[in-house]
Amino acid sequence: MAQTAIELVGVNKWFGTFHVLKDINLTVGTGEKVVICGPSGSGKSTVVRCINRLEEHQKGQIVVDGTELTNDPQSVAAIRSEVGMVFQQFNLFPHLTVLENLTLGPIKARGMSRTDAKAKAMQYLERVHIPDQANKRPGQLSGGQQQRVAIARSLCMEPKVLLFDEPTSALDPEMISEVLDVMVGLAEEGMTMVVVTHEMGFARKVADNMVFMDAGEIVEQGPPETFFAAPKSDRCRKFLSQILQH
Amino acid sequence: MKKIFVFLIPVLLLAGCSSSSTWGWYVIDPRTENGWINVKFLLSGMGDTILISVIAAVISIVVGLVVALPALSERRWLRIVNRIYVEFVRAIPLLPMLFWVFYGLPIVFKSMGMNVPIDPFWGAVITLALSDSAFTAEIYRAGIQSIAKGQTEAAQTIGLNYLQTMRYVILPQAIRRILPPLANQFIYIVKMSAFASVIGMQELTRRANELVVTEYRPLEIYSLLVLEYLVLVLIISAGVRWLERKMGADERE
Repeated sequence: MAQTAIELVGVNKWFGTFHVLKDINLTVGTGEKVVICGPSGSGKSTVVRCINRLEEHQKGQIVVDGTELTNDPQSVAAIRSEVGMVFQQFNLFPHLTVLENLTLGPIKARGMSRTDAKAKAMQYLERVHIPDQANKRPGQLSGGQQQRVAIARSLCMEPKVLLFDEPTSALDPEMISEVLDVMVGLAEEGMTMVVVTHEMGFARKVADNMVFMDAGEIVEQGPPETFFAAPKSDRCRKFLSQILQH
Repeated sequence: MKKIFVFLIPVLLLAGCSSSSTWGWYVIDPRTENGWINVKFLLSGMGDTILISVIAAVISIVVGLVVALPALSERRWLRIVNRIYVEFVRAIPLLPMLFWVFYGLPIVFKSMGMNVPIDPFWGAVITLALSDSAFTAEIYRAGIQSIAKGQTEAAQTIGLNYLQTMRYVILPQAIRRILPPLANQFIYIVKMSAFASVIGMQELTRRANELVVTEYRPLEIYSLLVLEYLVLVLIISAGVRWLERKMGADERE
């Protein structure tokens, strides 16, 4: 991992008096895949949401692709243009067709021509295997299809980094694999990814670095081989035994 | 509503044909020369009532949005500005506000060295728009807040700025929830425009008042007046229902 894509140094965040993130240090190299897991309420989503300023951190430093994330709207805009995000609830725009969902950003935020944006959108819809749904509305698609559209929507902005906030947690079980397949494909093509998920099979397959969080801190991190085989901390061991039981 | 209307017309017509001495439908009987002149006189206020209402509604819809947006801001002082406007404007009864605008506002302008005469027409428009904007603002706020936060977040992650997010993502979704209460407000404006009669605006109510003074037939004349408003409101209702159906069909998921 030659270059650093994302660097978090001593990041702290409070919701009111509740200390959600405690001294988070995390480095993500270009092309690296980081999987964050941990019990609910441990702050894993908040970490990811801080990286593109959906949440504001109060202390510490976040640097994405050489740009430090500050209150300056320019820095926020610069970082958001490099960072794509896939949400648990898809957050597709229900009043627009699939194609319009994909072209909105490129046309309005990037000033791309309608024709170019459409061509690019179709290209990414092919990549997530649903070009035939282009003119439907999100509500007419299954959950798995919606999440793949959401991934394609992020890709249309050609981000350097993709953040995934529990991308399969809202899906029916039979639809999880179609989304994970797309994510594995992206990983193989060298996309830098930070994924919050409980899908440990996926994690084993693609992760370069596993991060375990609990109560707002990173308890443990390391390559998946050692992480799964020999977790160092009790908390991590307990968590893994609970989710890997079945 | 329609049923009442359908019921009222025959009643009026039948009553107009009767020769009972307590009823005097002749004053507005279009078959007689004098009656026809009176009806035309009463209807001649329709244009101004519609014009005042439509202009006031358009202003209120625009001003309401401008007033509503600060309410959704993260900044406290902006939310406070919105609260003060809404609470203040909403608290003033329409009639006193009308007097203040019509008689008072020109003096305010004059004290600032400007000569801005306010005629009854614009006095009524300004008052109705101002008074209504506080309510429209609340309607917008509720409608926009009802759109899930994830929509804004998704718009931000694909690089849209605040205005683009509103324009392309939030408002198109909120409008379906905003439209029915906005239509209610428009009906309210049409009815409240009757107050313009007290500052001399020659709209529907003023015409009726003038005719009552010369003809001494309040029952018949005010009955027709009520019908005129009823017809206006029914037309608006039908229009709104058509619009809602059209938008619903457009966006069915």
